[in-house]
Amino acid sequence: MKLILIFISAAVVNNFVLSYFLGICPFVGVSKKISSAVSMGMAVTFVMTIAAVVTWLIYHLILVPASLEILEYVSFILVIASLVQLVEMFVRKISKPLYDALGIYLPLITTNCAILGLALFAVLRDYAFIESLVFGVGAGAGFTLAITIMAGIREQLELAKVPKSFEGAGITMIVAAALALAFMGFAGLISV
Amino acid sequence: MADKKVSITREYLKGLWDENPVLRSLLGLCPVLAVTNSAINGLAMGLATTFVLLTSSIIISLVRKVIPHQVRIASFIVIIATFVTVADRFLAAYFPPISKDLGPYVPLIVVNCIILGRQEAFSSRNSLGRSILDSSGMGTGFILVLILLGGFREIFGSGTFFGMTVLGEWFDPWMVMILPPGAFLGLGLFIGLTNWINAWRAKA
Repeated sequence: MKLILIFISAAVVNNFVLSYFLGICPFVGVSKKISSAVSMGMAVTFVMTIAAVVTWLIYHLILVPASLEILEYVSFILVIASLVQLVEMFVRKISKPLYDALGIYLPLITTNCAILGLALFAVLRDYAFIESLVFGVGAGAGFTLAITIMAGIREQLELAKVPKSFEGAGITMIVAAALALAFMGFAGLISV
Repeated sequence: MADKKVSITREYLKGLWDENPVLRSLLGLCPVLAVTNSAINGLAMGLATTFVLLTSSIIISLVRKVIPHQVRIASFIVIIATFVTVADRFLAAYFPPISKDLGPYVPLIVVNCIILGRQEAFSSRNSLGRSILDSSGMGTGFILVLILLGGFREIFGSGTFFGMTVLGEWFDPWMVMILPPGAFLGLGLFIGLTNWINAWRAKA
């Protein structure tokens, strides 16, 4: 039961993009077309899940026993950066279609703060191994949901008459405000 | 001589408006949105980020000729992460309430694209003095945006500025401004306004 709650909480109630503001750069940068938004969402979910597992192992099996928690940030960011490279090579080897679908979005993920945020939140909330895994999948699903909705709206916006100064980032932020307002409707649904 | 002096001031001033990291380059948006529910949080975040930006610029500018080109990004990240750890421990030790408010956004300075961006684009290619000017300019620009946005949201969301009441009893706070939608709305308006002012200046 707790696992389901963690999943729903990470995916909609405390959506990573719309209520924690993590992963805003790809959210603004890669949300012009639905198809690329979905690919980006998939790539992020994929890396998030693996990152959640690996950072949990590093933190609880290496840093805590050696009482080196102070190195948390340095080791997490290095692990995530190398993980993205590893995942990229691995995916290219085992599944060419998936690799082509993810394309350039894989390497971009290193600089996505949602991944490091996920690892930090999991440590902060003292999640057990399985909980971290579910948290990673849920956060990825939430990211995919948010970026896909955003891309859908922006495709419609192409046809709208937006004031010149607000074209691009400005209007995207204001639409995101409306989306965040809608997602606030989920607040209080559950609390984890 | 005069020419050189102008360009040095420019090195600092460009971060404030023309190349403002947030409003013009749209970098580091995550912390801008996340911690600006009050002016004081914005200021603390801005100072922490500037500290990391400045110190890592100094180190990277000094060792720029030693770092092999292929591993420069990884080396930059390690240097940045080290200073972020310093800033995080410092805040936790001396300002526990602020550290608690900012939560995981302090460690997230590591992935703030402003910092890595400045190292890659500037400090790794320029002398120490210029790197210091550049990163303090960028840092000041970042702090300004955080205070303005934090102040804007705090004034409308709770009727206070830096904790002091500015709008009296008659004002019914717009709760939404200190919640997530207010952050997106505020930043959207700020970006639009910046573009509008620039367009107006170009015309004038």
